[in-house]
Amino acid sequence: MIWHLFGIALISLAGVPGLFCSRDSRGGERLACILTLAGSVCGLVAVAIVLSTTQEMRLDLPWSLPGGALALRLDPLAAIFLLPLFLVVTTGSVYGLRYWPQHKNPGNGRKLRLFYGLISGAMMLVLSARNGMLFLMAWEVMALAGFFLITTEDHKEEVRRAGYIYLIATHTGTLALFALFALLAQTSGSLMFPDAGIILADGGSLIFLLGLFGFGMKAGLMPLHIWLPGAHAAAPSHASALLSGVMIKTGIYGLVRLTSFFAEIPPWWGWTLLLLGAISGILGVASALAQHDIKRLLAYHSVENIGIIALGFGLALLGRSYDQPALMILGLSGCLLHVVNHGLFKSLLFLSAGSVIHAVGSRELDQCGGLLKRQPWTGVLFLGGAVAICGLPPFNGFISEWLIYLGALQPLKHSSSAFAMAVLIVPVLALIGGLALACFVKVFGIVFLGEARSKAADQAHEAPLSMLVPMTLLLVVCAWIGLMPTTLVPLLRGAVVNWAGADGGTMLGGSFAPLAGVSLIGWLLLALLAVAGLWLRHSSRKVPREAATWGCGFQFPAPRMQYTASSFADSLVRLFHFGLWSERHGGKVAGLFPAATRFAGHTPDAVLDRVLSPIFLGAAWLCRLLRAYIHNGVIAFYLLYIALAVIVLLGLCLL
Amino acid sequence: MNGEYLMIIRLFLHLALLLLFAPLLQGIIIKTKALFAGRVGAPLLQPYYDLVRLWRKGFVFSRTTTWVFLAGPVVGLAVPVLASLLIPFGALAAPLSFEGDLILFVYLFGLSRFFTVAAALDTGSSFEGMGAAREVTFSCLAEPTLLFALLVLARLSDGLSLNTLLGSHLQSAWHSDAGASLGLILVCLFLVLLVENSRIPFDDPNTHLELTMIHEVMVLDHSGPALGMILYGAALKMMVMGALLVRLALPWQTGWWPSDALLFLAGLAGLAILIGVVESIMARLRLPRVPQVLVGTMLLSIFALVLVLR
Repeated sequence: MIWHLFGIALISLAGVPGLFCSRDSRGGERLACILTLAGSVCGLVAVAIVLSTTQEMRLDLPWSLPGGALALRLDPLAAIFLLPLFLVVTTGSVYGLRYWPQHKNPGNGRKLRLFYGLISGAMMLVLSARNGMLFLMAWEVMALAGFFLITTEDHKEEVRRAGYIYLIATHTGTLALFALFALLAQTSGSLMFPDAGIILADGGSLIFLLGLFGFGMKAGLMPLHIWLPGAHAAAPSHASALLSGVMIKTGIYGLVRLTSFFAEIPPWWGWTLLLLGAISGILGVASALAQHDIKRLLAYHSVENIGIIALGFGLALLGRSYDQPALMILGLSGCLLHVVNHGLFKSLLFLSAGSVIHAVGSRELDQCGGLLKRQPWTGVLFLGGAVAICGLPPFNGFISEWLIYLGALQPLKHSSSAFAMAVLIVPVLALIGGLALACFVKVFGIVFLGEARSKAADQAHEAPLSMLVPMTLLLVVCAWIGLMPTTLVPLLRGAVVNWAGADGGTMLGGSFAPLAGVSLIGWLLLALLAVAGLWLRHSSRKVPREAATWGCGFQFPAPRMQYTASSFADSLVRLFHFGLWSERHGGKVAGLFPAATRFAGHTPDAVLDRVLSPIFLGAAWLCRLLRAYIHNGVIAFYLLYIALAVIVLLGLCLL
Repeated sequence: MNGEYLMIIRLFLHLALLLLFAPLLQGIIIKTKALFAGRVGAPLLQPYYDLVRLWRKGFVFSRTTTWVFLAGPVVGLAVPVLASLLIPFGALAAPLSFEGDLILFVYLFGLSRFFTVAAALDTGSSFEGMGAAREVTFSCLAEPTLLFALLVLARLSDGLSLNTLLGSHLQSAWHSDAGASLGLILVCLFLVLLVENSRIPFDDPNTHLELTMIHEVMVLDHSGPALGMILYGAALKMMVMGALLVRLALPWQTGWWPSDALLFLAGLAGLAILIGVVESIMARLRLPRVPQVLVGTMLLSIFALVLVLR
């Protein structure tokens, strides 16, 4: 446990020495990176000890606060969330050395590194805290450090706006969590987290709803995702990678941990999560498809993937409710593995998107183009991440989605149809997969393929080695999970036993056996592709690339005649018009020889910009009206208010 | 030891059937269309001659393209070969089979679509971009239908691998209450096959106007052996997806592998003739109509699933 504490301390304080360095010196950032690396190694040692002994690691210290001891525990369930955290934090930290160097950002570089370390340490604490009070403290540090990461470039108007929305959202969620832990303490008798499967109480449903709101807000489930697109777009890329890859998963961790306390799970918990997961998945990816800002697009994909994770988790809850161990094991391991996988490929995508933004200087997809020639390695890494996030073999995204699919197919084996409706998530997942494919083909095709659409893209440069190496590491881990999934089975089993309590442990059968077949096909695919690819490359190696692309007879093609991001996505976006409400301006042509015209398409957030903003603006308008009426500047009225208030208070006392 | 030999022989038989007979299906379709039009038409083996001819030709590359342009044909050829290992050819069981391989089967084709579309976008041509956008739109709508159909099949069998899904129980299932569902998904799968293999009424492989193409326009810039790989890959894909349909329609098995193989090939030939007939008697749908037809097909498959779930 001492290793874990040491890791938390090192990572949290990584940015502090930099504060004492001069604004332009490089010492602080290097020291921060080394401290983060050392802290991650300490944390990894702690996790390795837990996994090798299969005993949970515990630390209880006396605490002057009421409601229990200062308790920290490490078990396989927490380890699953911690492993990607270490990888993403360290790769992001190394990447940041060149992406956000101190001497180019003297104003905010130190702030960024201070809060980068602080949020990472706070997340480690959140994942190991077993006392409600300690959990909330760490949660709040994490939330506030996240705010400062998002507002790194606080001189920009849109960044400040995104930061405020995030702050409001996260504190609304925390409010629900306060209520949740108060109720939990009431039922279990102390603020300490109970062991798995202990609580039998009937009041569980209110606790679950509060948890769903509070943790769902952090995770970004669909109606609660309002802060996510803006915040992830505003933060520097390696901070976005951390926020999207790891921080939103603490919401999922909270839900998983919370539900493990209960001995019995009502079926509607699982159904609710399945419904929310399906909505997040489909509308998340549809919104992503409609975006033309690469980081907003990736942020919406986080919503989609949280939806997939929720689908897996919903299946696991249903498995508990209906006492179906196979359903529970497959659903939960799919959910947890997708947490890991999404952390890996999403941070890979954010980092490679960062290196594109670094080179081109714009987040607009339509400003890029043809970058695979200028940034060959970034392009390959982005392609790997894109294939992985679409859930295509042989990468890791397929493995976790496949586990969820397999879980969703389980109800077909039983003739009782109480949970037969759960099979409907199979086509839902297929639709999500198809749309994600369309979206990532669009991004990769528009950004990296074709001809450069702007001068900046034409003169782009490859990212330096210290940015490429961290991304390569992430891609290698993605491929490793995809090709050798069986190596992760013990970890997943441990976590399932943790979650389900004692009764789950006895039922672990051969649910994971088919993974060997998947891995075999993955290797065969790689071998076949290598043989065919090398042959084709060899036979075409001497052919010069000098012809022009066939333009159907047109002789003067120009880069701006290429298909754009919006035009590629248009037919699908129109199909999802009911949930997106895209705006289209102009573009109408009339007559045989139409004059020049302009077209603009934009898709604002369906919940934030279409529902919440108008409602809150209306409320603010009403309140202003009311204030102008009451707060009218006439002293006589104010005295009247005081007298009325006193009378009302007196009346209340008499009652 | 004996079992291993048998396994290897089955694997080779499977691959031999696939690799040798796939282009013949294209030949049958072309011949059927020619006969309908009152022409003699190209010989049945014309697709083979075409492949040999393309094999001997050289490459022409646009200066816009990168290595991704060549990745399209490579993945497009490798994926159907791998997918064929998962699906039974008639009564001949699939050489590789495990729980949940149906998902892998569907996702492998997703991988080939990803790279075909990426290769199209690599040329920077707006026509190829158009084709690519249409391809991803239509396949998004076709994929849930395919999975609904597989769900129906999984419900009727007691396993989750394609081998058990398309096992010998189908024969009795046709005669039971589930027969209506099987009939519905047979229609759905046929439509999915047409859409995925870019046939009329969804796409016209012989059209001459780039603006209206879907699949053909995506491979406009390919040449020589790379184009040959694409054509061969498309033929393999049709045979692999057709195998699903043929087994569903002809669930008999004789127990002797040569006759089983013959039955399977006869079924495929019948399917090819059916596709030829459809192409001869139908016009192509207008593009805005295609999503409507696909959503309609999806509803049909949902109905089939509800019938077996109730």
